[in-house]
Amino acid sequence: MSATRVAVVKFPGTLDHESAARAVAAVGGEAVPTHHADTALPEGTNAVVLPGGFSYGDHLRPGAIASRTPIMGAVKRHAAAGGKVLGICNGFQVLCESGLLPGVLRPNASLSFICRQGDLEVADSGTPWTGGRLAGEVLSMPYKHHDGAWFGDPGGSRVVLRYRGENPNGSIDRIAGISNLGGNVMGLMPHPEEASDPLLGSIDGRVLFAALLI
Amino acid sequence: MTLVVVTVMPKRGVLDPQGQAVRGALEHMGFGEVTDVRVGKRIELEIRGHDPTGQASRMCDELLANALIEDYTVEEPG
Repeated sequence: MSATRVAVVKFPGTLDHESAARAVAAVGGEAVPTHHADTALPEGTNAVVLPGGFSYGDHLRPGAIASRTPIMGAVKRHAAAGGKVLGICNGFQVLCESGLLPGVLRPNASLSFICRQGDLEVADSGTPWTGGRLAGEVLSMPYKHHDGAWFGDPGGSRVVLRYRGENPNGSIDRIAGISNLGGNVMGLMPHPEEASDPLLGSIDGRVLFAALLI
Repeated sequence: MTLVVVTVMPKRGVLDPQGQAVRGALEHMGFGEVTDVRVGKRIELEIRGHDPTGQASRMCDELLANALIEDYTVEEPG
């Protein structure tokens, strides 16, 4: 059987596509580089990753311009058909701006760029994204962002991950990552792709990439 | 060609950390009379064709503003 094909979308200013592709490979998937101007996902795409970075220089609002690119029409059709989509950091911002996830990512309350390793708590064990971990279990991964404060009505989504302890950015209810009600679209500010290799000190992030393959 | 000016502001009640930072700086500089600051953005559009204001409003709804956290106004300064 051939490997599950995961489209890794690159916008101008995306930075973390190579790390995301390595994480896809680490769980046994095949990462397929995908261009923002394409109107369709690559042939045989099973799942989509929108990696982190600063698409379009964060101009206007983070993720706003990327969310209006041609490839996002294809990503929306993929999601509407029940296909999995994982948005990381700027990819999370793109998902919110595109309407695939509710809410919006606002500037950190501190107005500072934060970059550190942190602990996340599983808030909802019922989505595929945390691989059967129970509520309260901890995943360690880094986060690095300036606009990470999720704002919106949590009732319109499933809260999958929360920051453990102090809230680093002022997000509502310490939210670090949410999925849509259907559970097939997931966005988070922390970086699971930077916690997918033992050399990086944690492989806790692999569980989110493994979810793309099921 | 018609000049249309769009002003996008953080909604009242939504925390505006940029405005708070500016207010704090002004206070340290001795401008204690400032009780609140909100920072928004001004977007100037040169639009051809009819109904430039209506077109600009549609642009705000579809891209220029995020209705969850921002309000906008559209003017033709003429």
